[in-house]
Amino acid sequence: MTSTTTASRAPANPRRRRPTASARRERNAALRFISPWIVGFVVFTAWPILYSAYLSLTDYDVINDPTFVGLDNYRQLATDPKVALALWNTLVYTVVQVPVYVLLALGLALLLDRAGRSAGFFRTAFFVPKMTPPVAVGVLLLLLFNGEYGVVNQVLGWFGVDGPAWTTDPDWIKPGLVLISLWSVGSSVIILLAALRGVPTELYDAARVDGAGFWRRTRTVTVPMISGPLFFVVVVNTIAAFQLFTEAYTAYFGAGSSTYRNDAALFYVIYLFQQGFEFLHMGYASALAWLLFVVIMLVTVVQLLVSRRLVYYEGDRR
Amino acid sequence: MRRRGHHQGGSNGGRARTGRRGVAALALGLAAATAGCAQGTGDDDTADFSGDEQLTGELSVMGFGLGDEIAQVRHDLAVEALDGPDVSLSEGELDVQAFLSAVASGNPPDLVVATRDQIGTFASRGAVVPIDDCLEAEQVDTGVFDKEALSQVTFDGAVYGLPEFDTVQIAMANGDLLADAGLSMADVDGSDWDAMAAASQALTRSEGGKLSVIGVDSKLPEFLPLWARANGADLLSADGRTAQLDDPRVLEALEFALGIYDEQGGFATVKTYRDSADFFGAGNQFATGVLGAMPMETWYVNVLNESSPDAPLAFGPVKDRQGEPLAYATGSAWAIPSGAENPQAACRYAATMTATDSWVAAAQERADARAESGQVFTGILTANTEADQRIRTELVDPQDAPAPWDAAIDASYTASEHTFTLPANPADAAFETAWQDAVNRVLNGQQEPRAALEQAQQEAQQALDEAWAAWDEGEGASQR
Repeated sequence: MTSTTTASRAPANPRRRRPTASARRERNAALRFISPWIVGFVVFTAWPILYSAYLSLTDYDVINDPTFVGLDNYRQLATDPKVALALWNTLVYTVVQVPVYVLLALGLALLLDRAGRSAGFFRTAFFVPKMTPPVAVGVLLLLLFNGEYGVVNQVLGWFGVDGPAWTTDPDWIKPGLVLISLWSVGSSVIILLAALRGVPTELYDAARVDGAGFWRRTRTVTVPMISGPLFFVVVVNTIAAFQLFTEAYTAYFGAGSSTYRNDAALFYVIYLFQQGFEFLHMGYASALAWLLFVVIMLVTVVQLLVSRRLVYYEGDRR
Repeated sequence: MRRRGHHQGGSNGGRARTGRRGVAALALGLAAATAGCAQGTGDDDTADFSGDEQLTGELSVMGFGLGDEIAQVRHDLAVEALDGPDVSLSEGELDVQAFLSAVASGNPPDLVVATRDQIGTFASRGAVVPIDDCLEAEQVDTGVFDKEALSQVTFDGAVYGLPEFDTVQIAMANGDLLADAGLSMADVDGSDWDAMAAASQALTRSEGGKLSVIGVDSKLPEFLPLWARANGADLLSADGRTAQLDDPRVLEALEFALGIYDEQGGFATVKTYRDSADFFGAGNQFATGVLGAMPMETWYVNVLNESSPDAPLAFGPVKDRQGEPLAYATGSAWAIPSGAENPQAACRYAATMTATDSWVAAAQERADARAESGQVFTGILTANTEADQRIRTELVDPQDAPAPWDAAIDASYTASEHTFTLPANPADAAFETAWQDAVNRVLNGQQEPRAALEQAQQEAQQALDEAWAAWDEGEGASQR
């Protein structure tokens, strides 16, 4: 309705108005400036995406020419029990990891926001682990979470808790990975902290005048005011959780890890990697990649729809 | 794009046609480009090894490094034999993706070093070429190679690689723990499974409810082929086409090796304790007295000799249930990629690297270095039986080696004479993943042994069937 009304008030066929010479020059200059990005995007992103779509319809072993097989790879997806297993593992991990990660990031950001002059130090301290290469984090997982002599179980032992076999018990492998993923929570903490610093103080003052305590102010002022960045953190981490690979692969499937291999750690991208790069089923791996793309897209669309009711953007008319 | 063209159709038919042509051209271009992008090796699956003329050009080698004297001495001899071409090495373990991508893009190295179990997969996809002509041109006597090693690089009747190194297992034990329990190597070498299980129980210790001494580590999942063969079964048929993972003897072997762990509190308990040890250092499991016995590859003898020379060790060959020595051999091989620019040089280099005289010269260097540092030279297993024999008789004398290293040397050479391998096949990675995942499901309590092996059988056979079908219908058919 709104667009129709606007169109009726606009001049007829505005697109037909020829751009002025200076406008054309500006446009061409802009195109020249962004052309490196466009070339990079086309060559390294758009083209591989298109090409993987083509490969998903072929039988391709990297060496020999791809053979067109129609939708065979997609039919195989439906009957491959490991696809279901990998999807289930990934879904469970995502459902657990994202809330834990986001809540921890929010909690730490709230603490940092009240840290005063030492905030700079803690901000750096929280972010430094993010610099650790994911491969190292995978190795760290095996050391910290060793069921008998890992630091985690030793600490639990101080409180009389007999820690589980994090790296070998199928029921505890995903919780272990969720916990180790918190290693890199610092990046999200920084984003949320920046958002917290942008919340107008007069809102808190007004809430205080109304008698709101810390939790009430957090729930009714802070969270709604940073819901945009919070939603960003949720979406980005959901996608990252669906694409979990390096840490889990290093710990459970990498070279020399034959004794750690575990179906409970067979996440979707790991299975995709196995099919493509270990078994040389590159066509099937491409189909797997497209299924993951569809799943992530659906989840993101749902998140976007839900966000319309929950997320506040300053200046938004809703 | 289409919608916009439709809107403009009435008054701008020419532009719409142009747009449609543009879209069609783009689509055709993309289709042509996608079809043309993944160009395979085509029929370029042979190489010319003929001619006695002076070798020239360059030789690029992938997957080989000059990490020790065994590599350096042989490399120097090979470069000397080439007498001309410059040799460039891409050091480090072979990166399969980099290699296959290089072959697919028509820019392969001239020579690669791969693990022997990869050769069947490479050969079936035309990534490496048969080297029968190379062997003839360089007058290589294939009779000197360990038959099992040679069979691992022989795919569908043609030789695709020159084998080097044999990695085999021997039984290793803590002699003091054995003696304290009134046991001997015969109780832990696998010749009597009941005795081995009893020995494991006798050696196992717990303190405060926690495992403190691992009795016997049966080394699952990696040594399932060893236990299966000890029980008279192979995981894969001799022609590499039929998985035999559901053989009752494989099941019995798995249940035996699993039982060793179960008696000690389960695999998770043993593994987490094992992983806490300083495997390569002075605090290794044998030196600290926290492991009774295990089958292990012979390279670990050198680690023990260097890190804990005074540890109370005992060694002996692993034996099958009939009491015969047994070892599951793995190793590497030299292979020549499809499209290699200098196959003649590659052939001569590989032939020299695996020649008897080269191995003996390299072993001499190693023996001198060990003597200089006061360490025992335990020999090298080369996959060249003639070289092994000469090295043993000329350079390795168990009589000169102090106990227990003399026993380690004897056991290693005995094992090397009683090897078996998994045959070359075009789906090695998928086959190995199937049986290893099955064993891990059992070890982790996710599946019963029988069900796990039945599932693995299906997965492995499906992978083999698909890979062999592709070979039989394509490359293999054209060669026949």
